[in-house]
Amino acid sequence: MTVADTATPPAAAGKKSGGGGLGRYILVRFLLIIPTVFILVTLVFFLMRVVGDPISASVGGRLTPDQLAARLAEAGYDRPVLVQYFEYIGQIFTGDFGRTLTDNREISEILVTYGTGTLELVIYSLIVALAVGIPLGRFAAYRRDQIPDALLRIFAILCYATPVFFAALLLKLVFSVWLGWFPLGGRASTSTQLVLDRISGSTGINIIDALRTGRWDLISDVLAHAVLPAVALGLLTAGVFLRLVRTNLIGTLSMDYVDAARSRGVREGRLLRKHAYKPALIPIITVMGMQIALMLGGAILTETAFGWRGLGFQLAQYLGARDFVAVQGIVALLAVIVALTNFAVDVLAALIDPRVRY
Amino acid sequence: MSVPTDDHSSVPEPVESSASDTDPVATGQARQREPRWKRLPVVWQLRRSTGLQRGMLIAGMVLCAVFLIAAVFAPLIAPYGFNQLSDAGGNFPRQGAPSAQFWWGTTVGGYDVFSRVVWGAQTAVLTVVLAVVLSIFLGIALGLISGYLGGWLDRILVTIADAIYAFPSLLLAIVVSIMISGGESGFISGILAAAISITVVFVPQYFRVVRAETVRLKAEPFVESARVLGASTPRILSRHVLRNATRSLPLIITLNASEAILTLAGLGFLGFGINPTAASEWGYDLNRAISDVAGGIWWTGVFPGAAIVLLVLGITLVGESLNDLSDPRLRIRRRPKRVPRRTATAMKGAA
Repeated sequence: MTVADTATPPAAAGKKSGGGGLGRYILVRFLLIIPTVFILVTLVFFLMRVVGDPISASVGGRLTPDQLAARLAEAGYDRPVLVQYFEYIGQIFTGDFGRTLTDNREISEILVTYGTGTLELVIYSLIVALAVGIPLGRFAAYRRDQIPDALLRIFAILCYATPVFFAALLLKLVFSVWLGWFPLGGRASTSTQLVLDRISGSTGINIIDALRTGRWDLISDVLAHAVLPAVALGLLTAGVFLRLVRTNLIGTLSMDYVDAARSRGVREGRLLRKHAYKPALIPIITVMGMQIALMLGGAILTETAFGWRGLGFQLAQYLGARDFVAVQGIVALLAVIVALTNFAVDVLAALIDPRVRY
Repeated sequence: MSVPTDDHSSVPEPVESSASDTDPVATGQARQREPRWKRLPVVWQLRRSTGLQRGMLIAGMVLCAVFLIAAVFAPLIAPYGFNQLSDAGGNFPRQGAPSAQFWWGTTVGGYDVFSRVVWGAQTAVLTVVLAVVLSIFLGIALGLISGYLGGWLDRILVTIADAIYAFPSLLLAIVVSIMISGGESGFISGILAAAISITVVFVPQYFRVVRAETVRLKAEPFVESARVLGASTPRILSRHVLRNATRSLPLIITLNASEAILTLAGLGFLGFGINPTAASEWGYDLNRAISDVAGGIWWTGVFPGAAIVLLVLGITLVGESLNDLSDPRLRIRRRPKRVPRRTATAMKGAA
């Protein structure tokens, strides 16, 4: 929330006259990904290794000391931490995130299998967040300091104050159990999922696969499963968008050019729609980058609450099994994803608003 | 709730004339000698507020007070212990509906929901206070040093803080919680683990704010003159920079306190909080309650969930009001829209 407010003026740094074009900006911004990912991976590695090795943590109690030592030597955990660290970094640069301890799967394979689920959920939620947040924020700015504005502000705070898993619980209770409109959880019914998985060239994104079959029962089943998780996760972000649009609209409404238009006799409603609205939307794109990080965190909880089989759900499973190699791998992967989305968002912001480039 | 912990550092005390004379934020009104308690953060803003903003601030403070009371007097308020499964009348029922004996019913494990919610307030408040205090100290110290000394240390710290800042905080908290406790812990160690996990996430935020302020203050005449007079770096930092750099912190503290509660609950929900027998934790109770929902059992989840929402709501309301009252863009512009009579009283209240 403070984040949203402080991040609004992206132009502050862009004063250098004539410095670098868009291409240069993109290049510099792209190179900045490397230290970010590097720091996060390093941090995660050392945090997880300070206390011990993953094998003792997951199966330590069940093995004799000799067996444990053998397992450790086999996996290379008896070597100095620094050696292991450099080896790990080397592996990551070749795209190898390691194998899980409990079911011995490639972590990059887990990404391919479950990442699509998380991607689907995050996109649905973004749609919900934008569809709810922007119009309501506009309305709040329009009715500023009146009853609707006050109510919407409380709504926005409630969106933020409600943990996604509690929202999930309430939604399930009301819409699945009491009203029976939507299924309780999962990404699709078992029968639907079976059909979708068998499609040749299955993308893993259920809705695309369902659309390709063109069967309405499949499409509606997939959509029905998506509604509650998307609303639970989307509302979290909707509150942020609502506040941001409101604050920015109020800000742009007091700019000189809007005053000028007002003095020419342009009506308030038209001022809001035509003059102040679009500039107020630009900061949303900037903030979206940060929202993606928040949403990924929220996705872990949402997926767990709804049994939505995505990366977050899988992460929670491995957490429960104390498989810290898997946890470390998935967290490192997510760090890469967050860094890449932030990069994409920054480039997008630079394309739209030339002042951002520096 | 956690605001008062920062009283000493956030209030611009007029101990030192050079610092307060060049004080960039404080207005003429603030310089008038008022009784000291009236200049404390929340009290000061409460006295300046009017209308809706005042209502929000008071509502938030009341909510916070309720939870604070529940936390402090939990042993007196809760009819049963948080891990009590039976009393003289035999074992508690499992998933029992709300009744005269169990006001909010019992959980799938046979605990009394009302008691666990009340005890949960204690866990939440303790964790949040610890987390906020820890991150304030670390964040301010690092921010001051990094901003004032500059150089390579500054660059490294800023890069690390930015990297952490961009990362999903829950993931980071999970990793730290694994590091500290291996994921399972008792009351004290659990609260400590949760608090430190949250601290790691929040330190970068305080760091950024304090560092930015320090970099700005470093060039102010009063700091320069202190340096010319031969004051040592620690003295300049503690007497001249710190007092002025921490002005915006009460606001961040309230926002962070609410985020800390959500992070704690998130950790608990994923099974990485505090052991259910060691302390009561709302997030863990909600995790257990998710599967109850399918059977239409609502009381195990709704009450702890509502507790989280209300406490976060209360803290956020306080924080929001502080933000509005300290931001002239949001505060002053209200006045012309109000009827003149209101404006007059608002002016009088502020003077």
